[in-house]
Amino acid sequence: MAIITYREALNQALREEMRRDPRVFLMGEEVGLYQGAYKVSQGLLEEFGSKRVIDTPISEAGFTGVGIGAAMVGLRPIVEMMTFNFALVAIDQIVNQAAKILYMSGGQYNVPMVIRGPGGPAHQLAAQHSQSMESYFYHVPGLKIVRPGTPKDAKGLLKSAIRDDDPVIFIESELLYGTKGEVPDGDYTIPLGVGEIKREGRDVTIVAYSTMLLLALQTAEELEKEGISVEVVDPRTLRPLDTELIMESVKKTNRAIVMESGAGFAGIGSGIGAIISEQAFDYLDAPVERVTGANAPTPYARNLERAKIPSKERLVAAVKKVLS
Amino acid sequence: MQKLERKELVDLLRQMLLMRRFEEKCAEMYAMGKIGGFLHLYIGQEAVATGAISVLRPDDSVIASYREHGHALAKGCDPGKIMAELFGRADGLCKGKGGSMHLFDKTRHFLGGHAIVAGQIPIGTGAAFASQYEGKDQVTLCFFGDAAVNQGVFHEALNLAALWHLPIVYICENNRYGMGTAVERATPVKDLYQRAEAYGIPGEAVDGMDVLAVRECVGAAVERARRERIPSFIEAKTYRFRGHSMADPGTYRTKEEVEREKQRDPIVLFRNHLTAEAVIKESDWKALEKEVRTAVEEAVRYADASPEPPLDWLLTDVYVSER
Amino acid sequence: MAMSVVMPRLSDTMEEGKILRWLKKEGDRVEGGDIIAEIQTDKADIEMEAFGSGVLRKILVGAGQSAPVGRPIGVIAEADEDLSALLPPVIDSALRAATSAGPGAPAAVPPAPQVGILGRVKASPLARRLARTQGIDLSLVKGSGPGGRVVRRDLADVTASIQGAGQRAPSMSPAPAMAERAVTIAPTTPSAEFEDRELSPMRKAIAKRVAYSTATVPHFYLTVEVAMEKAAELRDAMQVQAPDLKVTFTDIIIRAVVMALARYPAMNASFMDDRIRIHSRVNLGIAVALEAGLINPVLRDCGKKSVMQIARESKSVIERARALKLRPEEYTGATFTVSNLGMYEIEEFTAIINPPEAGILAIGRIQSKPVVVDGAVQIGQRMRMTLSCDHRAVDGATGATFLQEVKRLLEHPFHLVLQPE
Repeated sequence: MAIITYREALNQALREEMRRDPRVFLMGEEVGLYQGAYKVSQGLLEEFGSKRVIDTPISEAGFTGVGIGAAMVGLRPIVEMMTFNFALVAIDQIVNQAAKILYMSGGQYNVPMVIRGPGGPAHQLAAQHSQSMESYFYHVPGLKIVRPGTPKDAKGLLKSAIRDDDPVIFIESELLYGTKGEVPDGDYTIPLGVGEIKREGRDVTIVAYSTMLLLALQTAEELEKEGISVEVVDPRTLRPLDTELIMESVKKTNRAIVMESGAGFAGIGSGIGAIISEQAFDYLDAPVERVTGANAPTPYARNLERAKIPSKERLVAAVKKVLS
Repeated sequence: MQKLERKELVDLLRQMLLMRRFEEKCAEMYAMGKIGGFLHLYIGQEAVATGAISVLRPDDSVIASYREHGHALAKGCDPGKIMAELFGRADGLCKGKGGSMHLFDKTRHFLGGHAIVAGQIPIGTGAAFASQYEGKDQVTLCFFGDAAVNQGVFHEALNLAALWHLPIVYICENNRYGMGTAVERATPVKDLYQRAEAYGIPGEAVDGMDVLAVRECVGAAVERARRERIPSFIEAKTYRFRGHSMADPGTYRTKEEVEREKQRDPIVLFRNHLTAEAVIKESDWKALEKEVRTAVEEAVRYADASPEPPLDWLLTDVYVSER
Repeated sequence: MAMSVVMPRLSDTMEEGKILRWLKKEGDRVEGGDIIAEIQTDKADIEMEAFGSGVLRKILVGAGQSAPVGRPIGVIAEADEDLSALLPPVIDSALRAATSAGPGAPAAVPPAPQVGILGRVKASPLARRLARTQGIDLSLVKGSGPGGRVVRRDLADVTASIQGAGQRAPSMSPAPAMAERAVTIAPTTPSAEFEDRELSPMRKAIAKRVAYSTATVPHFYLTVEVAMEKAAELRDAMQVQAPDLKVTFTDIIIRAVVMALARYPAMNASFMDDRIRIHSRVNLGIAVALEAGLINPVLRDCGKKSVMQIARESKSVIERARALKLRPEEYTGATFTVSNLGMYEIEEFTAIINPPEAGILAIGRIQSKPVVVDGAVQIGQRMRMTLSCDHRAVDGATGATFLQEVKRLLEHPFHLVLQPE
C-alpha cells in the first residue's frame, strides 16, 4: 500500500493500461506536450510517443467522433475532456452515436471507449465550468457512468473502464486531484457497478459520491459525537447502479439521504430517491431527503458559490430532519 | 484507370439496377405498411454508390447517412437481410433494431447508416484513424449529402483528417436539396468541393450520373488515400428523382425540373452507353432485369418469412456486458 | 393480373387519406410508376403512383372521399379481365375484424368496491408495516414524528408497554384495521389466486374502442317504456305466415328504429370535429355477442327494407358473425346500432356508443307487469329501452323525439308493415 494522490492514481491507471494493451491510446486537448491541463497525463507522451498520446485541436465533437469510429473497428480510445463541461459540444456524438451504435446495429458494433475528465464545481470557475455533468448522461441507456471519490477507486475504476466493452463516462474532479489516499500495490481493478460502504452506521444512510462523499464522511464524523450513527454508501458507478447495496443499507437504517453537487431538479438524487421509494418503501421511517446544489447556475462570487453547493450545515439539517 | 472487362461493366449496370428495383419495391412495401418510420429512397443517385464502392477492397470501410440502402447493397450486404431489417424482423441485418436509417453489417465493414446529418463524418474519420494507427492500408469511404457540409462536425472531421493524414475519401452526394432546401439557399459557395481547399486537401467535382466517371474519380482518390495517406473531398453532382422521404409533397421544385433531370437517369445513360459500345444486347438487358427482379422478390419473400423479433430483445444489446 | 389499388401509407403517422383527385379515369391505361392520384395525408398532399400496369378498371373511392390506409380505392387489370373474383384485399383480416368489432352491448364493468372512508393515519411506511405484522391499530398510536407522523419508535414504545403488562393492551386490535386489510389482500401466490389471460386482438380492440368512446364521447341517456302487446301480435302473425323465417322482436324493433331514423335523420349522424355529418342512408348495426367478444354486423341501406327482408338479412349476417365469417364491409360503416339483451332477462341497461355513430339503442326484456289502463289496473307487456346519444351531435330533445317515434311505431306496428310505399 502506498499513499498517493488521486491525480497520480489516474496517471498510474493510464500508464499501466497503455503498457498492457497497445490498442489503448489517449487523445484530447493538451494531453501531450503540455502534460495535461490538470497534469493527469504527465509523462505519458515521453513514454508512449505522439502516436498514442495525441494532442488535438479544440474540436470536441470531431475528436470524440474519431474516438467512436476507432472504437468501432477495434481500438480502445481514451478521450479526455479538458473539463467535462466541454462534453456538451460533443453531446450528439456521445448520446446519438456512442450510446446507440451497439443497439442500432443489433449488437454488431460495440464502442469500447472512455471519455474522461474533471467535472462538478471547483473554486470560483463560474457557470460554464462548474457543472456536474453526470446527470446529463444519467438518462441515457447505453452509457456507463463512473464518479470515483478516492485515489484507490479512481485507479481501480479507470482500469476497469478502459477494459470495458461499452462507452464509459468517467468524471473526475478538480477538487479531488490533490487529495491523497492509500492505493494497493500492483495491478488491481474495481468492477463497474459495485458500490462500497465507506462508513458503517445505524441511524441514517447517506448516498454520496465524488466530492460529496468527502463531505458526507466529514459530517458523519461530527454527528458521531452527537450520538448519531451515519452510514455512508458510495455507489462509485451511477450506471450501472449498485441498487442492491443501497437497499441493503436503507433497510438497515430506515432513513435515506441522497447527495449531489449539481442542481437537484431531475438529478441523480431524484433518480436514486425514486428507486429507494420503489424498492424499500416499507422500510422507510421518513421521506427520502435530497441534499443538492441550488437550482441556479453556479455563480462566481465566493459567498454565492458556497451557498450554491451542498454544505455540512445543510447535510446536518437533513440528517436531523429524517431523524425527527 | 485501366479499361474494364465486359463482366465488370455488366456488374456495374446490374448493381445500379438492383438498387433501383430494390428501392421501388421499398416504396411499394411502405405503401402497404410493411415498412414503417421514415423511408428515404436512393432512386436517381445509384451511379454514386455503385461507382465509388466498386473500387474498394472488401476490407475497406464504408459509412453513410440515412439514405443508405444503395450503399449497403453495393458493399455486398444481403438484400433479404436488408429488406427484413426494413420490415422490422428478427433476421434483419440489425435484428430489426435499426430500421431503414440504421443498416450496419460488420462482416462487410459497413459502419452504418446514421441519421443525424453529418454525425457519421467524424466516425468514418475515426475508422480511417484506426487503419493508420494499426499500420494497415484500409481506406474508408464516408458518404453524406449536400446539407451536411454546413454542420460543424463536417469541418472538424476534415480538419482532423487533413491534420493527421488519414486514409479517407469524403464523398458529398450533392442531390441539390437538403430535404426541401435547395443548396443555393443553404450554402454560399456554388461548388461544394471548393470547401476542401480550406483544409488543404484535394477537392474535385464529378458527374454523379456517370458511373464510370465516379469510378475513375473515386478510384484515384482511394489510391491516394491508400498509398500516400492523403484524404480527399469529392462532390458527386447528382439528383434525387423521388421526394426526400415518402411524406415529401415536392412543393420546393418544379415537375419540369424533375422531368428534365430524369432525362439523365444514370441507369439509362449507362445502358445506352453499353449498348452503343456493343457490350450488351437487348436480350442481355432483359436477362438482367429478370435476374434483378427475382432477387428483389426473393428479398421480400425472405423478409416476409422472418418472424418479428422476440420481446426480450428489447433489453439486449444496450450494453455488451449484459448481453 | 388484376390487382387492387389500396390507399397507400405515405407517412409514418398516416392512418387515412383523402383522394384529392384522380389523374386517371376509369378505362385509362396505366404503367407501374405512373402518378394516378393525389392523396391528402396528415402531413401533406402527395402524388400516388401505380405499382402495377394495366387498365384502371374501377375507381372505388372518388375524389373528395377518404379511406383508411390499406382500403381498396381502385382496381387495375387487363381490359378483358374478370374482376368479380377480386375480393377487397384485407391487409390483416384478423386485425381489421377486431378493430371493427363494435361495442354494441355494454361493457360489463363491475361497480367499484365500496371502501369505507376511514380517518387517515399519518405513519411512515416502516411503521405501517410493523403495525400490520404486530396487529397494532395505528389509529390508536400517538405519533411523535413531524406533523404527528407515527414512526418506528412510537411502535417500539407500544410494544414495550405490552410486554411490560404481559398481556394485550386494549389499544391493540387483533384484526388489522380495514384499510390495512385492503393492503394484505394482495395475493401471495398468483397461481392459486388468479389466472392471467392474454388479450386477443379482438379483446384489445374492444378495450380500445370502449375506452376511447367513454373518454371522448359525452354520452347522455334517455329511457322509455313501450307497450309491446301489439308488436307481439305482429310477431306471432309473421311467424305463422313465414314459419321458417322466425321473425324476432329484434327484427321488429330494427324496423321501427330504421323508420324513425328516416323520419329524424338528425339521429343518423356522426360528429366530425368541425361539422356534423348526416348520413343519407341508414346502415344499422346489430350488436352480436361472440365467445371471443363482440361484433357489429351491419344491415346496409335498410331504410326501405321490410320486416321480412330485415329478418332474412339479419339472420344471415348474425349467423356468419357467430361463425367469424363476415367480410370487412359487413361489419363496418354502421350509422346507428341496436343492442338487445332482453334474452338474458335484463330489464334495462345503458350501452356505449360505437363512434362515429351518434347513438345506440339498448333493449331490455319484455315483462308482464301491472299497468294502469283507463283508470284500472291490468297486466301489460312492457319493454324498457334506453337510448345513448353523443351530445356533441344531438341534444336531449332530438333524442327524445326520435325515441318517442320508435315507441309510437312499436305500439302501433301496422305502420311497420304498411310501409314502404
